[in-house]
Amino acid sequence: MSTDSQQNITHSPALEFKSSTFSVPVLVLAGNDVIIIEQQLQDKVNMAPEFFKNSPLVFDLQELNKHDLDIDVAELTKIIRKLGLLPIGIRGGDAQQNQQALKLGIPVHSGHTVAASSETQKQQHPEPESQAVAATTTMITHPVRSGQRIYASGDLVILAQVSAGAEILAEGNIHVYGSLRGRALAGVQGNTEARIFCSDLQAELISIAGNYKISEDLNGAVLNQPVQIYLQNHTLVIKDI
Amino acid sequence: MARIIVVTSGKGGVGKTTTSAAIAMGLAKKGHKTAVIDFDVGLRNLDLIMGCERRVVYDFVNVINGEATLNQALIRDKNCNLLYILPASQTRDKDALSQEGVGKILDELKKDFKYIVCDSPAGIEKGAHLAMYFADDAFIVTNPEVSSVRDSDRMLGILSSKSRRAEQNEEPIREYLLLSRYSPDRVKLGEMLSVDDVQEILSLHLLGVIPESKSVLNASNSGTPVILDEKSDAGQAYADIVARYLGEDKPHRFIDEKKGLFGKFFGSK
Ligand SMILES: Nc1ncnc2c1ncn2[C@@H]1O[C@H](COP(=O)(O)OP(=O)(O)OP(=O)(O)O)[C@@H](O)[C@H]1O
Ligand SMILES: [Mg+2]
Repeated sequence: MSTDSQQNITHSPALEFKSSTFSVPVLVLAGNDVIIIEQQLQDKVNMAPEFFKNSPLVFDLQELNKHDLDIDVAELTKIIRKLGLLPIGIRGGDAQQNQQALKLGIPVHSGHTVAASSETQKQQHPEPESQAVAATTTMITHPVRSGQRIYASGDLVILAQVSAGAEILAEGNIHVYGSLRGRALAGVQGNTEARIFCSDLQAELISIAGNYKISEDLNGAVLNQPVQIYLQNHTLVIKDI
Repeated sequence: MARIIVVTSGKGGVGKTTTSAAIAMGLAKKGHKTAVIDFDVGLRNLDLIMGCERRVVYDFVNVINGEATLNQALIRDKNCNLLYILPASQTRDKDALSQEGVGKILDELKKDFKYIVCDSPAGIEKGAHLAMYFADDAFIVTNPEVSSVRDSDRMLGILSSKSRRAEQNEEPIREYLLLSRYSPDRVKLGEMLSVDDVQEILSLHLLGVIPESKSVLNASNSGTPVILDEKSDAGQAYADIVARYLGEDKPHRFIDEKKGLFGKFFGSK
């Protein structure tokens, strides 16, 4: 009898690891006053209680750390849970905040992590690229066709064309090594340092952190050209590479 | 191993049924036992092009519902005894087909046939979905115009995400472009997209260009697939396509304008 069940175990594994991509709301904090955070988060939840009920959530401390504002991660987690949301990750925290999060069973997402050393803080003009680098890169090797939509939680690299009527979105940067004819949205969770690179710009729409241009706004000098697109003072800049 | 070929397009009226009939006949003529299935339930058409409409007793839906066996429903072609037609029903509505039922029939056909050609209805709804779901190869029939090309692109997206091969993470469907109703003179006048234009938008392996040709209408009126009209340009185009699909190396034809009398007589390229 026991041999039977052992055979079963060896023949059909009871588990398997698979890799999946999920889309999870990210709470980006701009201030560190927990009372104000609680108040404003409550307001947001009230606007769409069903959507937020038991919703997983990643909180992002990058903005706070950029401005040297500290926050008590334990306190923040308590508020989030109180409002019915389930924190499943921290992003952009420093070493101490990450440590605090781990103690509470909240994993650290390595994208946008601010180096905790004081050196970075001393740096007057940090290289924008260095912060836009995301931890995970999604690589697509086949054409993205009309009607298809691709979402990447980090950077998105496409080694083929993106057809008109297709939509590609990334929380980080987007690279398209083929004609970009569809819609490309980088920094969709608000990362203003994200960039779009493509070898042939014919896009229907390009957007970085919500700042967009439609094809009508693209002038002839950049059309059909290899370009990079980035944000400067809330304006999209398109430059050839 | 049997291979299932779907002939699909998204857009209607581009030449799917014409193509299905021609390539099924071409494959059978090359010695491969072939079945061609009409997925256009409610609008049967293939049997007319194949000239077997008066011999239809049972159809695809009858077999799915268990009202007839596959052998009862399959019609042997009058010109080629390696070719069989599974007609669609004119009287049923589209919901008569189910994924499970289609899968079972295809599995059964695979035991006996080398190639199974599925003539898809237009659109991207259920009928078109079922026609492509089990495919190994896809022949994308496109006309040289923007709306047709766009619909083909859409269909390619569906093939690469909603097919059985995609869902089960198998090797993807092999996709081939068939550019049909091509008229080099009109391309020259700027009234149609050129082969290069279409290739640029779709970036797909070109299996062949089928010229706009009166022979297609003549063939369908007489109920014989145009590939049997060996003198016609469209018939030759389909013969090339079958040969290329089977691995023969054939240079592309019918892409340049028709030569005038002079060119014809002296064979200048
Ligand atoms: N190469 C060609 N030259 C001229 N006419 C053609 C050619 N190919 C197809 N046609 C004509 O175009 C019409 C549509 O062809 P067909 O029925 O094969 O298209 P279909 O894609 O199957 O249409 P549907 O979407 O309705 O099923 C027919 O009248 C046919 O005779
Ligand atoms: Mg048809």
